[in-house]
Amino acid sequence: MAPKKTKKVARKTASKAASKAPKSPVVHKLVENAPLYIPEPQYLPVRSRGKPTFTGYRRENGRVGVRNHVILLPLDDLSNAACEAVANNIKGTMAIPHPYGRLQFGEDLELHFRTLIGTGCNPNVAAVIVIGIESDWTQRVVDGIAKSGKPVAGYSIEQNGDHKVIWAASRQAKEFLHWASEKQRETCSVDELWVSVKCGESDTTSGLASNPTVGNFIDKMDAWGATTCFGETSEITGAEMVCATRGKTKAAGEKFMKTWQAYMDEVIEPHKTSDLSDSQPTKGNIEGGLTTIEEKAFGNMEKIGKKARYVDVLGPAEDPAKGKGLYFMDTSSAAAECVTLQAAAGFVVHLFPTGQGNVVGNPIEPVIKLTANPRTVRTMREHIDFDCSGILRREMNFDQAGDGLIDITMRTCNGRQTAAEALGHRQFVLTKLYRSA
Amino acid sequence: MPKAPDFLVHEVEDTVGVVVVEEAGKGKTLEGWLMAKDSTLKLKSKDSIPLGHKVALNNIKKGDTIIKYGHDIGKAIADIAKGGHVHVHNVKTKRW
Repeated sequence: MAPKKTKKVARKTASKAASKAPKSPVVHKLVENAPLYIPEPQYLPVRSRGKPTFTGYRRENGRVGVRNHVILLPLDDLSNAACEAVANNIKGTMAIPHPYGRLQFGEDLELHFRTLIGTGCNPNVAAVIVIGIESDWTQRVVDGIAKSGKPVAGYSIEQNGDHKVIWAASRQAKEFLHWASEKQRETCSVDELWVSVKCGESDTTSGLASNPTVGNFIDKMDAWGATTCFGETSEITGAEMVCATRGKTKAAGEKFMKTWQAYMDEVIEPHKTSDLSDSQPTKGNIEGGLTTIEEKAFGNMEKIGKKARYVDVLGPAEDPAKGKGLYFMDTSSAAAECVTLQAAAGFVVHLFPTGQGNVVGNPIEPVIKLTANPRTVRTMREHIDFDCSGILRREMNFDQAGDGLIDITMRTCNGRQTAAEALGHRQFVLTKLYRSA
Repeated sequence: MPKAPDFLVHEVEDTVGVVVVEEAGKGKTLEGWLMAKDSTLKLKSKDSIPLGHKVALNNIKKGDTIIKYGHDIGKAIADIAKGGHVHVHNVKTKRW
């Protein structure tokens, strides 16, 4: 009797288990028939109304990062190969190659050092290994990063060769990785968050909806005490007088006008041909319906909201030094150059509204992409983190769109990988002021 | 929920609107949303206007200033009829 009973119970349990078993997905013979499976979100609801919090990594100097990178930073083009070899040896580290660092001089060289040191000091970076062709300039970058208090080491190639440097740097990178990977996130207030913004491949939908959505975000973040930054000196052209009135002080507005005029006099005027209508607006802008630089500029200005005022004007890659609030940075309007400079100034998460679909990313700062262009949503969905095209259909207002953007930004800060991160967009593009010697 | 508009206008003083649908064919009656006043306006398109491109809200004469965002965004370099396509072929910056 007893064995029989056991058997019955066992069968019952098995059938009960079968009814609860997860449904197994079909393997389709043709992949175009395969549905896209989007698992239930597992984030805890982020408060989109009221002052939000996020979890970040607190660094030695008190600043807060939202990523935990161990980076291999080349001083110059010649050291890219060694950095990439180390990143290949030690999984979980990241090399950020670039094409410059030789025979630069004067202000251009200063900007090179400031950008590399600032990149190493960014709170999204846990530890840094610098590799350069010779030891003196390598030491200069190591010294600059060491001031932040984070672990840093440097190696030079001359008199050693790539093999020995790769061995030594790999050994060190492994220790840094072990150390960094044990670092825990902690809850932080949004007033400790530094957010940069820049738009790209803009079209008229940018000025209508995605840029004002960022503007709504900036107004709310500004009131909560976050530190934010916009740039694109040349693309303010046409709206420069309006931008000058957005300074918190008269001095800030005057500094902006001086910066804008210098860009015109030193960069645009000496090098322009008949006019800039072939590159400002860009071909993509024109395809998207933007006709003139003025139209583009007023759309651009929508990004800084209606209330926020900039406290200061920063040089390229210069750290904000006047407390919390909105800053303007003197940058090129090329997407990767601008974001690279903002990351070097210490900004940890980036908002990138696009119209026609710029796909830029950055190795240090996660770049959150939003668009209001319904065609871009349809044709380039894999690049878009936040769709605000509902504004154009009157399904969503700016306040709701701004809250939605706060939500996705907090989730990104908490660890959600952006489209650009998932797709491997790591455009680290240094700004070069003039030809090398 | 209000009907999805065919074009949007930022400010009351603007002389152009932006088409926000993928099909604003020639001769079609378009419904616009004036965002500043949250009001609706209608006009007949004179051209086939792509998504994101501008439509003239009134007859515009050669030399007239084009107003968008309530600001000067350039000048007409040809006459543009109400409902016509406004872009680089008939508008240019005053700057360069």
